[in-house]
Amino acid sequence: MKSKISAAALAVALAAGPALAQDGLTVGLQLEPPHMDPTSAAAGAIDQVVYANVFEGLTRFGSDGSVNPGLASSWDISEDGLTYTFHLVEGVKFHDGTDFEATDVVFSLDRARGEDSVNAQKALFAGIESVEAVDPATVKVTLSAPDGLFLFKMAWGDAVIVAPESIEDIKTAPVGTGAFTFGNWVQGDSITLQNNADYWGEPAMLDSATFKFISDPTAAFAAMMAGDVDVFVAFPAPENLPQFDADPRYNVLIGNTEGETILAMNNAREPFSNKLVREAVAHAINRQDIIDGAMFGYGTPIGTFFAPHNPDYVDLTGLSDYDPEKAKALLEEAGVALPLKVKMTLPPPSYARRGGEIVAAQLRAVGIEPEIENVEWAQWLENTFRNAHDYDLTIISHTEPMDISSLANPDYYTGYDNPAFAEVIEKVGVESDPEVRSELLGQAQTMLAEDYVAGFLFELPLHTVAKTGVEGLWVNMPTQATDLTAVHWAK
Amino acid sequence: MLRYTLTRFLSLCLSLAVASVVIFAAIEVLPGDPASIMLGVNAQPDTLAALRSELGLDQPMVARYFAWVTGLLQGDFGISYTYRTPVAQMIADRLAVSLPLALYALGLTVVIAFPVGIWAASRRGSLGDVSVMGLTQLGVAIPNFWFAMLMVLVFAINLQWFSAGGFAGWDAGLFAVLKSLTLPAVALALPQASILARVMRSALLDTLSEDFIRTARAKGLSRRQALWRHALRNALIPVLTIIGMQFSFLLAGGIIIENVFYLPGLGRLIFQAISARDLVVVESVVMLLVFAVILVNFLVELAYAAVDPRLRAR
Repeated sequence: MKSKISAAALAVALAAGPALAQDGLTVGLQLEPPHMDPTSAAAGAIDQVVYANVFEGLTRFGSDGSVNPGLASSWDISEDGLTYTFHLVEGVKFHDGTDFEATDVVFSLDRARGEDSVNAQKALFAGIESVEAVDPATVKVTLSAPDGLFLFKMAWGDAVIVAPESIEDIKTAPVGTGAFTFGNWVQGDSITLQNNADYWGEPAMLDSATFKFISDPTAAFAAMMAGDVDVFVAFPAPENLPQFDADPRYNVLIGNTEGETILAMNNAREPFSNKLVREAVAHAINRQDIIDGAMFGYGTPIGTFFAPHNPDYVDLTGLSDYDPEKAKALLEEAGVALPLKVKMTLPPPSYARRGGEIVAAQLRAVGIEPEIENVEWAQWLENTFRNAHDYDLTIISHTEPMDISSLANPDYYTGYDNPAFAEVIEKVGVESDPEVRSELLGQAQTMLAEDYVAGFLFELPLHTVAKTGVEGLWVNMPTQATDLTAVHWAK
Repeated sequence: MLRYTLTRFLSLCLSLAVASVVIFAAIEVLPGDPASIMLGVNAQPDTLAALRSELGLDQPMVARYFAWVTGLLQGDFGISYTYRTPVAQMIADRLAVSLPLALYALGLTVVIAFPVGIWAASRRGSLGDVSVMGLTQLGVAIPNFWFAMLMVLVFAINLQWFSAGGFAGWDAGLFAVLKSLTLPAVALALPQASILARVMRSALLDTLSEDFIRTARAKGLSRRQALWRHALRNALIPVLTIIGMQFSFLLAGGIIIENVFYLPGLGRLIFQAISARDLVVVESVVMLLVFAVILVNFLVELAYAAVDPRLRAR
């Protein structure tokens, strides 16, 4: 199989819109990045500022989740699917004036998969056998096994291309190849990016962009109303959205994220090791009540661990419809003593805290007595997620794209141990024929739904509030990013 | 005076030493691993181990304590785990917001409280006294974050005189700084001024009933002259104590107001650092605040001596 994608598609996609407008834009974000290196931390806030704006990878995500050419204008894949030959865009310069060449790609990928790598998504690079620079504009990547998702993986923020010349100071003075250069950072307040006049591709239409960090939902509302920020990405106060929607000065964009929000059940310990009990929980939950109560009506119900806007999604919500009578019958069949006392651990986000209260009430109606324990992130990561898996129930949104494979690991916090599922996931990993992949992904989704691995609640929505006149924003968030390269003010 | 100062200074040092042990121990026992938070849910064990050793988290606790304290003594606050920048620089950046804010708020507090307290005391029992004291009661009772939001609604959203929050930075000039700090300072000052005015009034009234005031009045001073020349100075000791406590509170306790106005101050730094388990930052900032509180108390005690000659004699 040979595929070749030209840079023309990208150029056409970016060419839309008027010519250069000399304007600035202030974007509100809830979380401030700890530093500016997307390749050495999990903090989504870093990508939210630098992805596609400052740093670019070989490939890049579009708003619809598609994988497009980035610093690689095209690529050839060998017949056996093991060798990827990337043809790099020529004449690209890093912001410090050094040339972007094949050696930079080798450096970046080797750094990410190296022994002392602190890349938060090191698994993305695990399949790489070797990376070599054929000539300054060509890179050959050899994989240990075919990987249908390899181009997708190279589009992640954790796989952006960095230069050895500027790696030392990347955390405070990031140097990339993007359409914006890093300007300055008033710690705790804002980060400013400047238009990169020497950009290799279609230049950004904004003169500069300022990211302002406002964590408090009420303050975010006030900042938007007072006109301090032009756009607020992932607006944290959904209760105020109708007000913005009704106001002609603002636009509200409702899109999708990759966040599958689930009521995780500890499959590895009593009572949720019993599939009947899990099935009972699934039927005791009324998704729409949770979406209305915790998310003010925003959010798409899901029936499995997969993003509903993905073309390979299978709607399995019918397998776990709201049916409290059935839930009671299943609990009786399972032979557990009622009321069944369990521990529900809730991390800080409001979908978890608010959603948890509603879920608890619904579970009580069928005879399950959850005892709610609110914890902070650090505790949740340590006790629930990582080490002891000391929990019965928890609510969490899994925001990484295509993360269905994580459930194949029996040591994952879900404790789901099904070799048949792991086998399907393994096949998906090496399959590059889209139709077969889709078929396999459908199988995997159905297995999770039929095994009632978790209470599948809803897909986390993305709310963006923007002043009228701001155009070209991403509506969806296929990866955490605020791609400003096509954003401009309407003229 | 020298002996008084020396004993105060010794107690300052001792308090700091005890505080350092308590702070370090308390923060180290918090559950949660900084590396695990930084690398998120998909991190692999070998990556976590690599980061832990990069951060020095694989060292034993006692070694880390001594490294920290020796660093502090030399003015080296260490490197933040999450931000990877020197903690001293981060604290300096945040102090550039928190210190002026605290001083501004304290200034407003004193400017409001002194005249109000003195005026009310000099008209004890009058309608003016009763209504002003009623207002201060309200000032103490109103939560300052609520008052802050109300001000944002009026002055930022409706009138658009101020921005709803944020800090312009010192590069933007003094006017811009004052503009970003005025609403927060007023919000912080309101309850403090109410408290201080009440303390001022009651301290003055206590003093006014003392024998030496009667003597002064008997010598022919008017009630007002007696108040200004004799009572005020004697009433200052409790007032100074409260001002000292208020300053410490304003420096560290502004976190809610900092959130409402999204100001990059010390309070928010601590909050962020605790949730990220950025232990070095938490330890150093808390230590600094302890130092500030102890230092302010030390200065207040010296100020007692200045207003009360009997203390100087000791």
